[in-house]
Amino acid sequence: MANVLEVSDLSVHFATERGTIRAVDGASLRVAEGETLGLVGESGCGKSVLALSLLRLPPPPGRIVGGRIVFQGTDLMTLPEKRLRHFRGRGIGLVFQEPSAALDPVFTVGSQIAEGLIVHKMMSRAEARAEAVRLMNVVRIPDAGRRVHDYPHQLSGGMLQRVMIAIALACRPALLVADEPTTALDVTIQADILDLLRQLKDEYRLSLLLISHNLGVVAETADRVAVMYAGRIVEEAPVRDLFAAPKHPYTEGLLRSVPRLGEPARSSDGGRRRLPAIEGSVPDLTRLPGGCSFHPRCPDVLSECRTRDPRLRPLTAAGGDPAARQVACFKHHDPDGRPR
Amino acid sequence: MSPPGRQPLLEVRDLRKHFPIRRGLLSRVSGWVRAVDGVSIDIFPGETLALVGESGSGKTTAGRCILRLMEPTAGAVRFDGQDLLALGPRDLRRMRRHLQVIFQDPYASLNPRMRVGTIVREPLDIHRVGRNRAERDAMTRGLLERVGLDASAMRRYPHEFSGGQRQRIGVARAIALRPRLIIADEPVSSLDVSVQAQVINLMLDLQEEYGVAYLFIAHDLAVVERIADRVAVMYLGRIVELGTRQEIFKNPLHPYTRALLQAIPIPDPTRARERTVLRGELPSPAAPPPGCRFHTRCPVVFEPCATLDPPLVEVAPGHWAACHLVPGPAGGASRP
Ligand SMILES: Nc1ncnc2c1ncn2[C@@H]1O[C@H](COP(=O)(O)OP(=O)(O)OP(=O)(O)O)[C@@H](O)[C@H]1O
Ligand SMILES: Nc1ncnc2c1ncn2[C@@H]1O[C@H](COP(=O)(O)OP(=O)(O)OP(=O)(O)O)[C@@H](O)[C@H]1O
Ligand SMILES: [Mg+2]
Ligand SMILES: [Mg+2]
Repeated sequence: MANVLEVSDLSVHFATERGTIRAVDGASLRVAEGETLGLVGESGCGKSVLALSLLRLPPPPGRIVGGRIVFQGTDLMTLPEKRLRHFRGRGIGLVFQEPSAALDPVFTVGSQIAEGLIVHKMMSRAEARAEAVRLMNVVRIPDAGRRVHDYPHQLSGGMLQRVMIAIALACRPALLVADEPTTALDVTIQADILDLLRQLKDEYRLSLLLISHNLGVVAETADRVAVMYAGRIVEEAPVRDLFAAPKHPYTEGLLRSVPRLGEPARSSDGGRRRLPAIEGSVPDLTRLPGGCSFHPRCPDVLSECRTRDPRLRPLTAAGGDPAARQVACFKHHDPDGRPR
Repeated sequence: MSPPGRQPLLEVRDLRKHFPIRRGLLSRVSGWVRAVDGVSIDIFPGETLALVGESGSGKTTAGRCILRLMEPTAGAVRFDGQDLLALGPRDLRRMRRHLQVIFQDPYASLNPRMRVGTIVREPLDIHRVGRNRAERDAMTRGLLERVGLDASAMRRYPHEFSGGQRQRIGVARAIALRPRLIIADEPVSSLDVSVQAQVINLMLDLQEEYGVAYLFIAHDLAVVERIADRVAVMYLGRIVELGTRQEIFKNPLHPYTRALLQAIPIPDPTRARERTVLRGELPSPAAPPPGCRFHTRCPVVFEPCATLDPPLVEVAPGHWAACHLVPGPAGGASRP
């Protein structure tokens, strides 16, 4: 299957008074046509900065300092600004965590959906208005004909997120990037929105890059998963393989520490069962430790982990497609890239 | 509502908090937000009662009213038999020794201009615990060590700590006076999963050590299942179901509790979900639907729901639910 998006060795840095924040630090990932790639990782690991940088719009003062971004065969990194604009909205649609921050409070939601249609699709005002109502029906906003006239503050968080999805869909993108689209919502509303995204993906033959720190959301929605830690992708695998047998010690720890429904709260002797935690905390991105960024918290640390930097490499033991599973860890490769 | 033979530590009866909605130049009251609208719960010594429900259902407001961080509109709150709502400021302050709080946001809840040592020592100072400052400093060091922080943390400021560490500072402060009840309002919701477990484990350990009771306000039911003894489910200002952890998770009776449990995404891609997706939005507590408040979203709504408000009845010993579909009260007990 062809890849809609290929990102290699992307680095995005922020120059601040405290030093250089290496928010994205040599990250590589790909999204195949029609698939959902889940991008997981803890707060501050660089997921949102990576997403915004796909269209070369990192939040200021962020700068893309290296890497390649290929979208449908076009290298976006070398593209002149003018031609890049074509891809914003039309090629790649974005949906964010905080819809209320992304929408303009002084315009009706209908006119905000219509705007992209008028600019990119040269629709007339009336056409765009009709299309906005249709899109609001598609994203299951009840009573859409009346609600197009509503202002953002008149809608609930769940409804605003549907409006954001409608805006992203308006210009028929090939790739939808959804950055924590349900994190601010209640679980019952989240279930409804995820259901909607899955349905739209099939109907519109979309590829989806779904960013979330919720492993449950990713398990239910993604085909493949990329795990990010301190600006890097440390593991990448088909969703079932990753959850069945995580290879990176960080992924292992992350999966273990998620509380799951149906697990007993007490052990056989009647005592409280403790939840497995990953000791320590996420590193400061201005003072990343030398070697592997995870080594200070890693239970399996080797001597080379303190000095050498593991790269994302195929896991040959996986069999079949050599690119199917990748991991950046010296447990699986030696520093010269040979499998262990 | 109480297992017989034990004396509750905290008794909350028919608690209500209505916020006025003001409109216009004269700030005329044009309506009321019924944030908490008749909540009754008991908490027993050393137990964890989890209070769960969607955003806006009134969990935080209920917690704040119990602590008298805000005055309830109506109802009764008794702590250890004493009527908290009748206490004057001095008695209330004395009572607060036994009743502490941990907030959701570890960034907003610690004073940024105070050193961590001062933050944790403050309750000891206020209640004049120990003979002198040196003794209180020693206690503070012990508290910080107890929550897994180095004593050098005393001289540092909150912003120098990660979210998980800040939350542990909040815990150290809350346990300083060995309270008998801690109201923890979403204490781990803002933390990453890998550090969430550190704080939950700490809370569990402290409970075993000191026998402290928790009112644990949360929306993550997977966390609740691990730490709660009993669970109260709230919807639009009311308790709609209450029972032991086993009952609520194995035998949920209210359609809202069931939907809440089904909606949780499961971190296991091999398991197909069977899920009733709730359509519609949470109605506003300023205009709760007539009849059963859940009827506008209920997947099994039937004829009486739109007009008759179902009472919270004891369906099985210790298991209460407010729904027209659940069988009548076991012993005829029914709370108005
Ligand atoms: N405008 C900015 N200026 C300076 N630093 C920034 C800026 N935006 C992001 N960063 C830093 O870049 C890093 C990555 O941030 P990013 O928002 O991508 O994280 P994330 O993985 O999306 O986290 P979350 O799960 O909390 O959304 C963080 O350390 C953050 O502090
Ligand atoms: N000071 C206030 N004035 C007016 N309305 C308020 C006030 N505080 C809370 N409310 C309203 O009361 C209702 C209950 O709010 P509360 O914060 O108790 O809910 P919650 O269950 O804690 O929600 P969350 O899960 O989002 O924390 C909401 O509709 C809220 O808007
Ligand atoms: Mg983000
Ligand atoms: Mg709250």
